[in-house]
Amino acid sequence: MAGLMTALLAVVALAAVAALGAGAGMSEVFGIAVPYVAVAIFVAGFIKKVVGWASTPQPFSIATTGGQQYSLPWVKQAKFDNPSTPGQTFIRMALEVLCFRSLFRNTKLDNRVAEGRVAYGSDKSLWLFALMFHYCFLVVFIRHFRFFLEPVPMIITGVEFVDSILQIGVPTLYLTDVFLVVGVTFLLARRLWDPKLSYISLANDYFPLFLILAIALSGIYMRYVAKVDVIAIKQLAIGLVSFKPYIPPNIDWSFYMHFFLVCVLWAYFPFSKLMHLGGVFLSPTRNLPNNTRMERYINPWNDPSIKPHTYEEYEDDFREKMIEAGLPVDKEA
Amino acid sequence: MSKMAPPEELMNVNYATPAEAWMDVKPEFKLGNYSYPGKPDVLKYLGLPNPREWNPTEEDWKLPPDWRDIIRDGFRELLGKYRSLKIFMDCCVRCGACADKCHFYIGSGDPKNMPVLRAELLRSIYRGEFTVAAKILGKLSGSRKLEEDVIKEWFMYFYQCTQCRRCSLYCPYGIDTAEITFLARDLMNRIGVNINWILEPAANCNRTGNHLGIQPHAFKDMMEFLVDDIETITGRRVEPSFQRKGAEILFITPSGDIFAEPGIYTFMGYLLLFDYLDLDVTWSTYASEGGNFGSFMNDKWMKKLNAKMYHEAKRLGVKYIIGGECGHMWRVLNQYMDTMNGPADFLEVPKSPITGTVFNNAKSTKMIHLVEFTADLIKNGKLNLDKSRNAGITATWHDSCNTSRGMGFFEEPRYVLENVVEKFVDMPAQTIREQTYCCGGGAGLNNGEFTEMRLRGGLPRGNALKYVQEKFGVNTMSCICAIDRATLPGLADYWAPGVTVTGLHELVGNALVFDGEEPRTMNLRQEDLPGIEGSEEEE
Repeated sequence: MAGLMTALLAVVALAAVAALGAGAGMSEVFGIAVPYVAVAIFVAGFIKKVVGWASTPQPFSIATTGGQQYSLPWVKQAKFDNPSTPGQTFIRMALEVLCFRSLFRNTKLDNRVAEGRVAYGSDKSLWLFALMFHYCFLVVFIRHFRFFLEPVPMIITGVEFVDSILQIGVPTLYLTDVFLVVGVTFLLARRLWDPKLSYISLANDYFPLFLILAIALSGIYMRYVAKVDVIAIKQLAIGLVSFKPYIPPNIDWSFYMHFFLVCVLWAYFPFSKLMHLGGVFLSPTRNLPNNTRMERYINPWNDPSIKPHTYEEYEDDFREKMIEAGLPVDKEA
Repeated sequence: MSKMAPPEELMNVNYATPAEAWMDVKPEFKLGNYSYPGKPDVLKYLGLPNPREWNPTEEDWKLPPDWRDIIRDGFRELLGKYRSLKIFMDCCVRCGACADKCHFYIGSGDPKNMPVLRAELLRSIYRGEFTVAAKILGKLSGSRKLEEDVIKEWFMYFYQCTQCRRCSLYCPYGIDTAEITFLARDLMNRIGVNINWILEPAANCNRTGNHLGIQPHAFKDMMEFLVDDIETITGRRVEPSFQRKGAEILFITPSGDIFAEPGIYTFMGYLLLFDYLDLDVTWSTYASEGGNFGSFMNDKWMKKLNAKMYHEAKRLGVKYIIGGECGHMWRVLNQYMDTMNGPADFLEVPKSPITGTVFNNAKSTKMIHLVEFTADLIKNGKLNLDKSRNAGITATWHDSCNTSRGMGFFEEPRYVLENVVEKFVDMPAQTIREQTYCCGGGAGLNNGEFTEMRLRGGLPRGNALKYVQEKFGVNTMSCICAIDRATLPGLADYWAPGVTVTGLHELVGNALVFDGEEPRTMNLRQEDLPGIEGSEEEE
């Protein structure tokens, strides 16, 4: 619970800082300085982390095999759960990254003591909501490029069109706004309700969830409630990306709050578990083919000085007994 | 060992989480939940640091004075050598998908047996010692400092993991607890915190060639006993050879197969098959262990013990190697051997002398699994098999963890099994193949003092077995792993009494019909065959 409260208070405090600060004439800080610093931290931190992983050798090829191996010609291989070629491995990775293949396998333990039976129910809820959350976040992220690009590319207007296809309200409701909140709320709720999960959850698990929830809610407030001046915000955004920063007047405090929380997310990202975004691509149990009997995998630090206790030493140890037992020896006694 | 509670009681696991945060719960060592420490003379033989008498139940573990520095430096070294470790330390989001996948968690309810928390035992030190951000927040961010209690916790839980990798299958980032346990054990070995049931077998493997410490002449004697038994059963005198230079094939299997029931019946199956085929194969007393106890210690010993196989193959001048039925042995052979001790350029790509099949799937290691070899023989109609010799058996198949999730060996053994028994039925889908459950004895945990915890860990496997026993009348569980053959009989006796455990080649040996043979009246266990005269007590 301490972790939960700390994370919640931290997010509330951060939101308050931005809301109050921008109102108190610090819009340059929150509109210009903080975003530059945050993005710089994100880029440098992300690269440092990924380079740190990539430059560390992976000594062994340790795929976790999730299906039938490549074998005799008449045995059907599970190519994408147990790939043996780079192409198959690529598809395995694509399924993992794009479809959350491993989470799709999830089950739920059901120990029915009264029946004397341990059962395993299918449990796709985490898979479903995790997928919902990540894809909605992606669409929201892509939609935001309309603030940074002039003219707005077709692809982005296309995404917006589909996202608001139900034509509810003015401004029209983005479906991803709703489902992003639903997804993140589910991820939060299961941490609170499942005792196993709340037992393992740390402040660093709650913080990003609260932060993303606060970002989503402040964004929703800006669009549907405060109906902020979008033209002015676009001027600010374009100023930032063209390195001619400019603070237009009359931008609502809620924008600075939203924007500051996004900056916090950028800066926090490389130091947190959110780096699973990068790590998933480098996980050696997934991104290596199971072909290690066909092709030799090289370990750069393999130590050639490690030798077996040799046969000669063995024979020296047991020669007489071997001769007596009629076992062949290389050297007679 | 204390007397076990009945299965109904043991099954009633308390999954409630403790009121205290996990960092505040100290491990409690009691008979049945830990393995005895490494003996000083064994540590000395292996050249491992800090040999001493110590007892996990006592307060003072007699760690070396600079143990903190050793662990910190060691951790740093491993982070520099293993990308897997770095990624696994950084990327876990604690989603909990792994939590209820571990057989030790399912059987004990101890939250530190949830794979995520097992890894956090190490991750908390990683954060506390190596990352800036988490250090500042301390406990809230799950980071802590190295204390003796941390080492005690590591010893408890990294020796309550059989490295079965079931959790790794479900992890969205593929975090592999086997890797984490492997490296944590490496760290503990650096300060003399280890278990004897791994170290003594490793020392034996090094000196005598097998983990039981059987010396060459005794190995030959044991083989003679089995050869005599085969003669009693089949009337045939098989003639295995040892260390025969110029043989085509070197055969290596876990030494457990020559030593104890029910492995010896599998061993007799191997001998019969080789005799049937008149295969140009030889055995070695020097490389008489397929299993690799070094793989439960660290990368150095894994390599050193494994190196014997190629060393012997080269000395004898064989063309390729066939490996017997074993689990972790095959993980090492599949994923480590070529990297550590290859290239095996002195061997040839395995080619079955009977069918002509070239085993391209082993074209680099030049080592094939006997079950692949046998499956190919059956597919090509080279074996005359009489299923009725295994009549009365309703078999199920236990997929061994290592061949399942470190190889993907599912269809080949099932194909062989279906060709040697009349009735075969699989256990429920979520307990077999890549989702298979461990026997509870892997990675060095098949020792006597650990029986209670091992049987708890055996709950998911035992329960699935009981299910098919009750529903389909399964009375035999077959497997391809020596540790399984040692562990599963006890597991079956406890969780599903009445089920017999066999190796696959025992059943092959039973079914194999030789040209012009004397009709068999007994199976390899010297039990009367059903329907044979004088077999009144047919089951």
